[in-house]
Amino acid sequence: MTEQGTNGAKPEPIEKVSIIVSKGSLEGIYPGLIMANGARMEGIEANVFFTFFGLDAINKAKNEHVKAATVGNPGLHLATWAGAVPGVSALVTRKLAGEMEKLDIPPIPEFVEMISDSGGALYACKASVDLFGLSEDDFIPQVEDVITVGEFYEMAAGGQIIFT
Amino acid sequence: MTTVTYAGTPVEVDPEGFLSQTDQWNEQIAAEIAAEAGIAELNDRHWLVINFMRSAYLENGAAPSIRTLGKASGVPIKELYDLFPKGPAKLAAKIAGIPKPRGCI
Repeated sequence: MTEQGTNGAKPEPIEKVSIIVSKGSLEGIYPGLIMANGARMEGIEANVFFTFFGLDAINKAKNEHVKAATVGNPGLHLATWAGAVPGVSALVTRKLAGEMEKLDIPPIPEFVEMISDSGGALYACKASVDLFGLSEDDFIPQVEDVITVGEFYEMAAGGQIIFT
Repeated sequence: MTTVTYAGTPVEVDPEGFLSQTDQWNEQIAAEIAAEAGIAELNDRHWLVINFMRSAYLENGAAPSIRTLGKASGVPIKELYDLFPKGPAKLAAKIAGIPKPRGCI
């Protein structure tokens, strides 16, 4: 493997990314936000498309209350029954949030606002908005629009799509 | 290591153009690095960010994150991206003569 293309030229740098956030747990939402913010930091254009439970990240009533999944998450190395004990998810979430604060990773509400301030565009998925009976008023004001899958693909044209 | 000449002074830079020795920096060098990056003139707001980056680096040994920059430099994030298009943390660090920030945030 080499970094050189077949003609010997260096590969073209990435100019645009469109990131899909489809999960509503803490560990489901953060990777996409970090990728989006990181793209903007490198001067890469970034769109973020929130779909299904990923919508919680931009839902103004819910984005402060996103929890880490403690059941069905083998990465935590916690027995399934222990993960289901009331309060465990809140505890793990608080612990992770504290560790992230130390690394200067913002809480979700601040993070999505920061991405928008950085020039990243936030979109809600129309199918999910309809499915959950939501409207634009349920979202933080930084959300640009509720768009269809077709509009997402149009917007993503010429860039990379990242699904999380 | 490459040597380039800014403002009549030969300085050492890494392959991406960041100064290798922070103490070789001065304001004329900053202006020339900025001009190379497409910022024709550094205004007061640019200097606020540059000086903040430099003092944070000299104090902590690391460049501040974009979050800290937006909260503590006195220049909000939106304006940071207007002042330093194509990535404020990286570009401001380069102009400030400090190493490239290595954080993910």
